[in-house]
Amino acid sequence: MRSKYEIFKIGIKDVAPHLLSVFPFGIIFGAIGIELGFSPLFTYATSLIIFGGASQIVFLQLLSGGASSLIAIASVGVINSRHFLYGAVLSEYLQKLSLIKKLFISYFIVDQGFAVSNQYFKKNPTGEFNHYHLIGSGIILWFIWQVSTIMGIYLGSIVPEELGLKFAIPLTFIAIIVNELRKLDHVFVMIISGLAATFFYNAPFKTYIIISPLIGLFTAMIINKFKK
Amino acid sequence: MTWTSIFIAGILTYFTRMSMVTLIRKEMISDNLRKILNYVPSVVFPSIIFPGVLLDDFGTLVTISDPKIFGAITALVIGFFTRNVILTIVSGLSSYWIVIFVF
Repeated sequence: MRSKYEIFKIGIKDVAPHLLSVFPFGIIFGAIGIELGFSPLFTYATSLIIFGGASQIVFLQLLSGGASSLIAIASVGVINSRHFLYGAVLSEYLQKLSLIKKLFISYFIVDQGFAVSNQYFKKNPTGEFNHYHLIGSGIILWFIWQVSTIMGIYLGSIVPEELGLKFAIPLTFIAIIVNELRKLDHVFVMIISGLAATFFYNAPFKTYIIISPLIGLFTAMIINKFKK
Repeated sequence: MTWTSIFIAGILTYFTRMSMVTLIRKEMISDNLRKILNYVPSVVFPSIIFPGVLLDDFGTLVTISDPKIFGAITALVIGFFTRNVILTIVSGLSSYWIVIFVF
C-alpha cells in the first residue's frame, strides 16, 4: 500500500501539468488587480481569503466599476457555488476523516485539484490515505496561485496581452474532460451544458456557471432513466 | 467597507467548499444519485469551456474562423488521442498562436 507521502506526491504530480495555465492566470490576475486601482495588499488578500481565480477577477472588476459590495459578494458566491457539486462528489471519499481534517482539506478544493484527485479516487477507491492526493494537488495549486498573484502584482503585465493567455483556462479544462469524450452519454451531457452556458452567459450575477451544470445534471438524469 | 466584503466573500466561498464535505453522509447518497454525481466534471467544465471559446470579451459569439475555435479543436483532437494533459494544453495554445501571429 502507498504511504501518505507517496500519495501526496502523486497528487502534486497529477495536477502539475495544469500549473501551466494556473501560473500565467495568477500573474494576469495580479496585474489586473493593480490596473483596476487596488492596493497590492488588497489584491493579494483576495487570493488568500477567497482563493478562487475567476471569482476574484469578477469581484475586483465589480468593486472598481462602482457596484455595491453586496453585488460583488453575491457574484463571488454564485461563481463559486460549483464547489457544492465538487464537495458532494468528494464527500464519499472524505467521509471517514475527522471534522478538523475535512475543514482543512475543504479550503483546498479547486477545479483542477478536484478533477485530478477525483480521477485518482475513482481508480483507487479503497486507499486509506487517499485524501493526501487531494492535499497534494490542492496545496501545490494554492502555492502557485499565491506566488503568481504576487508576481503579477509586482511585475505587472509581464505577460503580454497579445498572447491571449486567458485562453489557457478553457484549454486546461479541455484537458480534464477530454477522456470522457469516449462515452457517448457524457459527450451529449457536455454539449448540452456547454451550449446552455453559452446561451445563459449574460444572465445576471454570472448565474450561468451554476444554471448550466444543473441543466446538464438534469439531462444526465433523463439519460439514466432511459438506459434502464 | 471593501475589506469586510473580501472576508464575507471568502467565508461564503469557503462555505461552498466545506458544506457538502462535512454534511453529506454515505447513507444519504443513493446509487442513482451516485450515478448522476459521476457527471459532475462533464457538466461543470464544459460550462466554463464553451463560453471561454465561443464568446469574446464582450460576451458576443465569435466567428467560426476565430483562433480560439481552431485552438480548442486542436486541443480536443490531440488530447483525445494522446491522453496527455501537457500536450493538450501546449498544442491548443501553440495552434492558437500560429493563427494569431502567422496568418
